Amino acid sequence: MRISELPRPSPERLLKQVQAEESKRWGARLKIFLGYAPGVGKSYRMLDEARRRRERGEDIVVGAVQRQPSEELQALLTKLERIEPLETSGGQVMNLEAILGRAPQVCVVDPLAAENPSGSRNRYRWQDVQELMRNGVSVLTSVNLLHVEEYREKVQAITGKQTTETIPKSFLLAADDIVIVDVPTDLCLWRLGEKLTPTGISNSLERQFSELRELALLLTAEVVDAQLESYVHAHGIEPVFGTHERFLVCITPECNAKTMIESGKRNKERFQGELFVVYVQGPRVTDNERAAVESHLKSAREAGATTEILESNDPIGAVTEFAHQNRITQIFIGHRSQESWRDRFFGDPVLRLIRTTEGIDVRVFPH
Amino acid sequence: MPAAKDTPLGKLKVYLGYAAGVGKTFQMLADGQAARQRGLDVCVAYFEPHARPDTIAQVQGLEILPHRKIDYRDRTFEEMDTEAILRRKPQIVLVDELAHMNIPGSERTKRWEDVEVLLQAEIEVWTTMNVQHIESLNDQVWQVTGIQVRETVPDWVIRQAAEIVAVDVTPEALLNRLKRGAIYKPEMVQKALEGFFKGSNLGALRELTLRQAAHEVDLQQSAYDETSGFQAPEISEVRPGEATDNQPKERILIHITADPSTAILIRRGRRVADYLQADCMAVFVHRTPEVSQLPASEREAVEKHLRFARGLQIETRIVGGSDVAKTVVRFARDNQVTQIFVSQAQTRLRERLRSRNFAENIVRLAEDLQVTVVADRSRRPGS
Repeated sequence: MRISELPRPSPERLLKQVQAEESKRWGARLKIFLGYAPGVGKSYRMLDEARRRRERGEDIVVGAVQRQPSEELQALLTKLERIEPLETSGGQVMNLEAILGRAPQVCVVDPLAAENPSGSRNRYRWQDVQELMRNGVSVLTSVNLLHVEEYREKVQAITGKQTTETIPKSFLLAADDIVIVDVPTDLCLWRLGEKLTPTGISNSLERQFSELRELALLLTAEVVDAQLESYVHAHGIEPVFGTHERFLVCITPECNAKTMIESGKRNKERFQGELFVVYVQGPRVTDNERAAVESHLKSAREAGATTEILESNDPIGAVTEFAHQNRITQIFIGHRSQESWRDRFFGDPVLRLIRTTEGIDVRVFPH
Repeated sequence: MPAAKDTPLGKLKVYLGYAAGVGKTFQMLADGQAARQRGLDVCVAYFEPHARPDTIAQVQGLEILPHRKIDYRDRTFEEMDTEAILRRKPQIVLVDELAHMNIPGSERTKRWEDVEVLLQAEIEVWTTMNVQHIESLNDQVWQVTGIQVRETVPDWVIRQAAEIVAVDVTPEALLNRLKRGAIYKPEMVQKALEGFFKGSNLGALRELTLRQAAHEVDLQQSAYDETSGFQAPEISEVRPGEATDNQPKERILIHITADPSTAILIRRGRRVADYLQADCMAVFVHRTPEVSQLPASEREAVEKHLRFARGLQIETRIVGGSDVAKTVVRFARDNQVTQIFVSQAQTRLRERLRSRNFAENIVRLAEDLQVTVVADRSRRPGS
């Protein structure tokens, strides 16, 4: 694909770009240390990075620390400058005024998820962080998966733990940097006071934590993917294929749409990938066809697919363009086993598709 | 799955990263120190002698087993001494760089083969590797980064791991380390920035690492559930790894030829089969009455591909037939195959020779079977 053929940026992307440019103008960067549970060592890794940065001459302060820091953390904190929180009747709150008055390059906020006492400037600590960044202060902060709003229910189902202190996932997606602090579940549980067990999953608690771990890894991958995409767009380079499986199911009125969509869904789940289902609409379409297509697209959306109707006189060209724009890795297409006179005359469309989609697998479903 | 599944094995733990300098060895050694403090018998079996200062500091206090010295072309190389480890027989050994290729003259050609020997002796092995060294990701890595990786480890070796740890760092921090000279010698830095460490490569490899780690963690859960009867709590979204419909188990057939694109086809087929938890087999069809009548160059290429498939634990078959497409489809039917994998490159070659191409024939003959035409990933899109 030529650069000139790159898709026009969507409004969301433009907005993101503007936000990114603005924060760059302020010079503030947000770096998040993500963990799947307490005990993975997020705070340690973050404070250790703060210590190293300070030793290299960065102007860095600690604006918030967790309630009962371990001995290891306390040892690190003695090597860092701290700005004490404000004590209010409702509890502690980060001293924004003091931090902004001190105006450091970087502020450490541990953890990010916290609800401020009523009467504070901001309701949530993540809003405090936004204020710091608007004022040009970069932030290092830690997040536990449990506190990401969109994951709260899942984590609750797995662990039974509840929280009201949540952060929107969009906040994570907008971070300049995200790092996952990954540690085996047996080690994590051991740090939380559980008995030491052999390497691997050896009991149901480790099994549950393993699931959280998987979610955290995939969430990080998603953020990295979004960063990669904006990098690619900002630098006007070719889209990167193949880091993530993306399936495109092309349906036609006569194809076996049900089987294809089911298979697409299965592949999406197994590969933790993305599913797109498109219908290419030619100039003539009957009401019956339209109704059939609508019902297929509806079931596709229920299966978690992004659906689209492409209007074009050149179905193969439209599919190819859509596939390249959306970094598709596999196309699912239906194929008649009987050769029609049209195919004999104009060439088989499926074969044309195989030839035109470079770098993409084509899976042919009989119908 | 590995053939040695039923024999008692030591456990394997893999520290997975996406580039040199992300901190794999450092974290492995730090965990090793922690294990030693808990009273476990930990030894360092192989450790890069040119390691970075903070990594060297991390090894203090751990027992380092002697390396084996091997002379090759007037130079002396150091390799892991597997026999010495077997004699010492610690509980846990730390082995850096699983994908390492041993110097000629060593007992085994690859370090992972040495690690297999240690596992068979019921020694727990902790090791490090980068995502680009995973065999089935070879083509994706090439497609994404343009880098051809030669030292690879078969997926089944990694699949044995009881634990996989993603060692993550932001590309920005990694580039800072590189520029400070903390990863390579100063004269190497510029070359690294222009090559492997350039642009979007790091982000892409990082994403592959995270997804691979998530996938391995998911497989560990399935394995645990199978042996323990654990019931995962109901979550609105269906968990991967669970059957989501009543579809029968898929069975994938890879069509092997002498064409160089076959390697890509095998890796892709293996990978898809692993994710779909499908069976995977491969077939080569010879048109000559006997395999031995094939031209030597073709026979060698085919044998290489068959060996490669078997190395990835794919069952291989050789059958004769004058019409290759018909024979492949008949073989697929006889073996309850649901999906045939053919290569796109092969389609193109045949197109020039015949009016109707090979993939088209397969698709038409397949009728009720699905056919996946695998892209030629030896050519990067847009290049």
